[in-house]
This record gives sequence, structure tokens and C-alpha cells, in this order.
Amino acid sequence: MTGFVVLAVTLAAGTLAGFLLKARAGTFRGKDGAMDLGEPLGERATLVQFSSAFCQPCRATRRVLADVAAMVPGVRHVEIDAESRLDLVRAHDVMKTPTVFVLDRSGNIVKRASGQPRKADVIAALALAVDNPSQ
Amino acid sequence: MQVDPRGPRFGAAVTTLVLATVLVTGSAWLLALQAIVFAFGAFGHPPYGLFFRKFVRPRLGPPQELEDARPPQFAQGVGILFAIVGLIGFSFGIIPLALGATAAALLAAFLNAAFDFCLGCEMYLLIRRLQPGRNYS
Repeated sequence: MTGFVVLAVTLAAGTLAGFLLKARAGTFRGKDGAMDLGEPLGERATLVQFSSAFCQPCRATRRVLADVAAMVPGVRHVEIDAESRLDLVRAHDVMKTPTVFVLDRSGNIVKRASGQPRKADVIAALALAVDNPSQ
Repeated sequence: MQVDPRGPRFGAAVTTLVLATVLVTGSAWLLALQAIVFAFGAFGHPPYGLFFRKFVRPRLGPPQELEDARPPQFAQGVGILFAIVGLIGFSFGIIPLALGATAAALLAAFLNAAFDFCLGCEMYLLIRRLQPGRNYS
């Protein structure tokens, strides 16, 4: 009997968590601060992607970001292996891969997203970075 | 190594059924069996994956894309930990521990099967973050 209850509660919690996780994944949130990549930035903006070997959606994310970087002039896509830059991972509270940061031309963080972002959302976030008045 | 992403997901669906049965029947033997399945999976020979390749995939056609085999393998390793804790619970009669650990593994398998969300993979960076900081590039 207890087993049935535990099973029902687990499946209910899983269903709820699943929908929440799906809804949150890849949405861009506003973010302050600057990131010191130690790499050249794009002329107008930079898409920084934190990846790891243990990451299912990293490859699809790479494709989306590379596409956008190729489409918009002056935008660079930088992919960082999270494990080799744990300093950046800790400094910027990267909890999972992929995490994507959109930087303006001076390296200020404009937006961030955890999980695989949609292309339209990347373009919208990029528009903010390119127009960022703080540069 | 690259795998058909539907393989691990199929495995997660079977794992969900097996762990649900463990909860309902309270069968430590079935959990032990699943622990062995996790162990094979962690070393790159998932038994359910074998079944998928032999009997399911031929009916599905080729996958749209392949994925790295390491994330699901790592997740199977995380699964072993939960299964062992559950088995300890069963063998010492600590039933809340047994059911709790089984439920945790079930949750991970269910999220993978139903939502394509790999909880074990998500934990990887969190675990890595706790380890001493090193930069090697």
C-alpha cells in the first residue's frame, strides 16, 4: 500500500517537475555584470556557450548559436568547456550545461539562458546586446 | 561513441516500469536486477539498449541525429548509487530508505522517458563544481 502511494506521489511530482523544467529551459533572463573570457569578443556581440561532455542538448545549442553568429555580422560564438573553466562556472553561477550568455561588445552580460534556447529567442536577446546603450 | 538517442529513452521507459514494480511489490530482488542493469549501462553495455537495437529500432527507421553515449552512461552510474542505497534499505529493513531511494531513481527515469530530461546528466556539472578548482586548458 505504501508503495502505491510513493509511486503515485513520485509520478505526480515528476510530471509537475517535467512541465516546469520544459517551460524554463532555454528562456533568456536579464543579467548584470561582465564576463572576462580571456578570448577575443565579437565586434558587436558575443554568444558564450558553456558545454560539457555530459550534455545532451549542447550539440543542438551549438548549431543554433553558430547559425545565428553566421547570420548576424560582428557576432562571435564562443564555446567553453565548463570543466576547464570552473572559475567562470563558479563566478557566474553556471549550474548546468548548456548555459548561454549574450555579451555586448565590451563583455557586459545582457542575457543568460540555461538549457537549449530557441533561435528566435537568441536573436531577440542579441538585438538587445547590439543596441545596448551602456557600451 | 555515438548512440541513437531513442535507445537511452527506451531504456528509461523500461527502467520506469521496473522501478514502479519494485515500489508496488517491495521486491528487493527486482531492484537488485535493475542495479545490475544500471551497472552494465554505466560500462557502456545497456541491456535494454541491446533489446532496443535488436527489436525496436528496426521498426522505427533511422534516427534524425545521434548523440554522445557518455551522458546516458554517466546517468546510469548515478542510477547504481540510488539502487545500492535502496538495496541497503531493503536488506536492513529500513523501508523508508528503500522506498525513498527507489522513488528517486524512478523520478530520474520517468523524467528521462516522459520529458527527455536527463537528471543524472544535469547533476554532472553540479558535482564537478564541488571539486577543487582547477583550470586546465
